[in-house]
Amino acid sequence: MAKKLMKGCEAIGEAAIRAGCKLFFGYPITPQNEIPEYLSHRLPQVGGTFVQAESEVGASNMIYGAAGAGERVFTSSSSPGISLMQEAVSYLAGAELPVVIVNIMRAGPGLGGILPSQADYFQATKGGGHGDFNTLVLAPWSVQEAADLVADAFDLADYYRNPVYVLGDGLIGQMMEPVEFREDRKPLKDLAAKTWASTGWKGDRPRAVINSLYLDADTLEQHNRDLQAKYATIRRDEVRWQGYGLDGDYDVLIVAYGTVARVCLTAMEELREQGIKAAILRPISLYPFPYDAVRQASARARAVLVVELSAGQMIQDVQLAVAETRPIHFHGRTGGNLVSPDEAAAKVREVLDGRSQEVRNA
Amino acid sequence: MPSGTQPVFSYPEALRDVTTHYCPGCTHGVIHRMVAEVLDELGVRQRTVGVSPVGCAVLSYNYFAADMQEASHGRAPAVATGIKRARPDLVVFTYQGDGDLASIGMSEIMHCANRGEKITVVFVNNAIYGMTGGQMAPTTMPGQITTTSPLGRDVSLVGEPIRMAEILSTLHTPGFVARGAVHRPLESVKTKDLLRRAFTYQVEGRCFSLVEILSTCPTNWGLPPHEACEWVEKTMVPYYPLGVFKTPDGGDRAPRPL
Repeated sequence: MAKKLMKGCEAIGEAAIRAGCKLFFGYPITPQNEIPEYLSHRLPQVGGTFVQAESEVGASNMIYGAAGAGERVFTSSSSPGISLMQEAVSYLAGAELPVVIVNIMRAGPGLGGILPSQADYFQATKGGGHGDFNTLVLAPWSVQEAADLVADAFDLADYYRNPVYVLGDGLIGQMMEPVEFREDRKPLKDLAAKTWASTGWKGDRPRAVINSLYLDADTLEQHNRDLQAKYATIRRDEVRWQGYGLDGDYDVLIVAYGTVARVCLTAMEELREQGIKAAILRPISLYPFPYDAVRQASARARAVLVVELSAGQMIQDVQLAVAETRPIHFHGRTGGNLVSPDEAAAKVREVLDGRSQEVRNA
Repeated sequence: MPSGTQPVFSYPEALRDVTTHYCPGCTHGVIHRMVAEVLDELGVRQRTVGVSPVGCAVLSYNYFAADMQEASHGRAPAVATGIKRARPDLVVFTYQGDGDLASIGMSEIMHCANRGEKITVVFVNNAIYGMTGGQMAPTTMPGQITTTSPLGRDVSLVGEPIRMAEILSTLHTPGFVARGAVHRPLESVKTKDLLRRAFTYQVEGRCFSLVEILSTCPTNWGLPPHEACEWVEKTMVPYYPLGVFKTPDGGDRAPRPL
């Protein structure tokens, strides 16, 4: 298929349909309204169902029901709406239901603003809701990658029977770029039939009970052990990242994800023209975080610079990876402000000439 | 069974032969059985998915011999919406108490009904939070003593009890909304008929349906079971009138002013 110029939100919606998702439940919130708007006219064309829920609380429980009935389903929202969904995300993880949740992040806290942000990193990667659980988190840096990761997210959700976030900042949702939907895409995994789904019990299989309640302590502990074993497999097998300039020499390793990494790439190229050597490691999977890759790449640098559209959240995972073997610096913007290439380049220079203070106890 | 005889009474296929956790004298068991009998009589058990609430009926997924989903508190109508929209061929019901449906789940039930989701809601109103130990519910009667209204429900502070069947029957979207009770055998017979009508409307793909059922909570009311049944008749029925409030073709009785 030829490339088509699409807004990120629309590409996400189209990618979901092409991944075989015929069900969307969601609630309006800026800056992701183009996803439900697009699906409200596209899903009926392909025999699917679009429901505008009464709230994000409603939407997140509707995807619970639909996923429990064995169908591919997704919802999208933006930061305050994702907060409202956290109850359901915990239940979805506990009941091991495969769903895809797209978060087009906006600046917080509270009502915050509607401009781009990456301040939901903790919420997405560290659980967000109550209890011991994890969700896979994929962070695209382009419209094309957003479409690709949405397709992958459905496969990963089904394979692991786990919620998967696609975490984009506001730019991913709002910018237009060429995107191609490959007709020959193969599923990432061998996906088993969903014999566990509640589809009516005819006696030819065990009764399906979609549930996260285990009143017996030992039974619940075993359930938690099983979940943790699954998360360990995910941490082993699903780490994704890309490096830029890691093959040559570099003094500063920049760690950034999403559109911020693209800005940093421009900065890196400008710096290299001036003889300043920086490299970039871009985590694509935020959970599982590429700890090993960051550790190895940082070992070859004099210092590490983390750049985020937040007050510093991913930096904690970078600190865990680097384990105090290298100084870590941080540059972040909040409130919906973006990082410019000049800003990122200036920070690299400050790291090298000693004007930047390293971050401790982030 | 000897030849020439026919069973006239048996355990419902849709009810699992297990011991329930319900308190002695509680009427949840009666309501479970009536729901199961209706599923059997309509022949839909094998394509039914039930949604359990949070509350006394939280473990009802262990009691119905059907595929089940356990919802978070109050969200059963949203979960049921997801199931039904994903698989319109399934018969989907929720089984909810008054704290679940009329307090924390008010938004979900109102919009589920207003969208006209073709599901059936079994709404058990016993005027109290049972599972958590007898706290005040939105349906608790004026003056009723609970663990969080130790001097009795003070309507000047917390308002009057909520009449869900009446509220839902004001929606313009077609639906079936009725209220029954199970404190007397005759009322149980009538309520089972309401449940049969409710599920039939769904099976026919016609409309949303809800049956509110006045139920007892002897444990948290502090009454012996027979007195609890009398309390339903004397205290609840005058405030929560029984009958059909709304059908897709027009209601049988005029709802009381809200």
